[in-house]
Amino acid sequence: MSSELRTDDRSGDQLADRPGGRSRIGQTIVWVLVAVVGATAWGVLALVRHERISALWLLAAALGSYAIAYRFYARFIVRRVLGVDDTRATPAERLENDIDFQPTDRRVLFGHHFAAIAGAGPLVGPVLAAQMGYLPGTIWIVAGVIFAGAVQDMVTLFFSMRRDGKSLGQMAREEIGPVGGAAALLAVFTIMIILLAVLALVVVNALAASPWGTFSIAMTIPIALLMGFYLRVLRPGRVMETTVIGVALLLLAIVAGGWVQESSWASAFTLSAKALVICLVVYGFFASVLPVWMLLAPRDYLSTFMKIGTIGLLAIGMLFTLPVLHNEAITKFATNGKGPVFAGSLFPFVFITIACGALSGFHSLIASGTTPKMIEKESQIRLIGYGGMLAESFVAISAMIAASVLDQGLYYAINAPAGVVGATAQTAATAVTNLGFPITPNALTAAAAQVQEKTLIARTGGAPTLAVGMSEIFSSAFGDTLKAYFYHFAIMFEALFILTTVDAGTRVGRFMLQDTLGNVWKPMARVSWWPGVWSTSAVVVGAWGYFLWTGVTNPLGGINQLFPLFGIANQLLAAVALAVCTTLLIKHDKLKYAWVTAIPLAWDTLVTLTASWQKIFSADPGLGFFAQRDRFQTALDKGTVLKPAKNIADMHAVVTNSTVDGVLSALFAGLIVIVLLDAVRVCIKAARTRGGLPTAEAPYVESHIVAPAGLIPTAEERRVLAGTGAGSGSGTRGAHPS
Amino acid sequence: MTIGWAGTALRGIRWYLREATGESAYDSYVTHARREHPDAPVLPRRDFERVRQDARASQTRARCC
Repeated sequence: MSSELRTDDRSGDQLADRPGGRSRIGQTIVWVLVAVVGATAWGVLALVRHERISALWLLAAALGSYAIAYRFYARFIVRRVLGVDDTRATPAERLENDIDFQPTDRRVLFGHHFAAIAGAGPLVGPVLAAQMGYLPGTIWIVAGVIFAGAVQDMVTLFFSMRRDGKSLGQMAREEIGPVGGAAALLAVFTIMIILLAVLALVVVNALAASPWGTFSIAMTIPIALLMGFYLRVLRPGRVMETTVIGVALLLLAIVAGGWVQESSWASAFTLSAKALVICLVVYGFFASVLPVWMLLAPRDYLSTFMKIGTIGLLAIGMLFTLPVLHNEAITKFATNGKGPVFAGSLFPFVFITIACGALSGFHSLIASGTTPKMIEKESQIRLIGYGGMLAESFVAISAMIAASVLDQGLYYAINAPAGVVGATAQTAATAVTNLGFPITPNALTAAAAQVQEKTLIARTGGAPTLAVGMSEIFSSAFGDTLKAYFYHFAIMFEALFILTTVDAGTRVGRFMLQDTLGNVWKPMARVSWWPGVWSTSAVVVGAWGYFLWTGVTNPLGGINQLFPLFGIANQLLAAVALAVCTTLLIKHDKLKYAWVTAIPLAWDTLVTLTASWQKIFSADPGLGFFAQRDRFQTALDKGTVLKPAKNIADMHAVVTNSTVDGVLSALFAGLIVIVLLDAVRVCIKAARTRGGLPTAEAPYVESHIVAPAGLIPTAEERRVLAGTGAGSGSGTRGAHPS
Repeated sequence: MTIGWAGTALRGIRWYLREATGESAYDSYVTHARREHPDAPVLPRRDFERVRQDARASQTRARCC
């Protein structure tokens, strides 16, 4: 009976399109309307200047474009380019083991996949990129996701699914070669370290000198331990009631943070950035060596619920209030490259700063590995891979809106490093007004008082900006009295899921390191041998802790210095993933469709190598790491202190940091060039061979699962499902033929 | 009519949350075990959840940025 649902190269949705000409005309009308709405919105965005526009136009342009891309481009890729085959059993069906290989309902898997890919990245990047105006970032978020990001996620998912869920590193080794594979693996590891450091830096900047935030976040640790104990010992498996208890305690912790701030405990929870770094490093180490059930798993439940809840709330808040954007469409920083938030001009730095939400290499680690082991039907990669990434892109658009509704003077006062705006409302107001965004010291003090923070000046990293923007949107929807709570709720949820990323990332980094060292000395790979576990955890924590420390102590501003490095790293990882995908398309004899991944690869390579080049070779000390090093070293040789450094020790710190960052940029670029050259070699060989080259694809096995392809089952799919006795559009196993 | 609709929606939400959080994993395991190996003993929930938690310990999934 499963054969009735067979979708060969071109049936699929045609089954749904077929019944009667009337529904076909109806569909055409709907899609023409969607196209008209999207095009009108883009027209407004493109034409209106020097006038404040409503966020509605950004939302309409994005949503209209997503719908068209999902309906037409994603379908083209799935059917023509990849040739998904629903008669073919997925690894989840063939290798089902109730642990990692498990056929999972497409809607549930969509939730899992989205929760894994969406984190702080799509929220932070657009906030920083707002310094170039809302338009460049918005265009890149929408066009980038449609032609690059969602394509990368879906195609990686497809190829990994056809290889029993192999990881990106394994695929690079098997399909490109040992050199490219080793370079890819090393790239993945170093990129992860930078990623963890930058994310942790965002948390530190959000919590420094904020007893409210620090108390709330500290409380998540005992709450998670309690949940872990409850699930392990008291009521095993009752995840939902545990999560309800956890979320209730979490909300209590947010409210209690306000009380603590007013009480005598406040000083105990007022920590400097340096003290927070030490706390995070110690915490990260223990989170990585403790059993998963104790801390990591319950935190993951909490952060997922908070994440989905807050993102949903933000979307609803935006739709209700339709705020007006105060940001300019394109600011002068887009062309002169002198923006205070991060240096460099629109090309290439908008495309570096906004990674998650448009194109994020990190997703390829999730699209290969876990998700492909749970897919029921091949055609579902469109919903999960492409659709999941569209959802994340929408989160990025929301963040862009939240940053753009703020008064721009306030935006720059929050986001420029302390070296630029100083420490008081007076210095910040003067500095920001001089940048061309007039604001009074009183306005800055009032904004901080409204959210009950001591100061908002130089709270870089994106989280405080987003929290202020969100509290602005929420309070205009639900009233002003709760503004401080909304702010701290937003800070809490960002910090919570960043810390979950740090926990999980440290652990994954530790596994990678153990695995690699295990090739040299066997016992290191054993997950139960504690000297191995402890030493590799310490190495991983120490590595990101080092960059976090330099970020906090850097007089030039940690985010300003490290975020571009993080963006470059993430986009270079995307280049690895797209190179693997392109190589595989050509090896599978699909040269004529290779442009689908080759064009985004070419663009991504151009952007990242240009950015790397500028970061390494630019003579402008504000942009190039080595030019910066030379400038400070020269001054140091003469014994002078250059602003914003305050003393000789600061000068030494700048020199060391610039050197390390410059060397890392060069290392990343070098690794990626190696991977690309190796991939080109294989591609040329494959293109010259008639019929492509053999790959590590798992052989065909017939599928007996019946399940719909898209989110909503088509009429035909419903009929077939009803025939098998499954309800509610869920999948089911067909009768075994034996 | 409206009540029926609301009931379906609530059941749908409950089903989704149980599936997404893994709360329903034990029930699926019992159904699966009864169907495929009718004579073999079925693990009690406490043991099943423990095995499942420990098996997942080495499967930590990276979270994106």
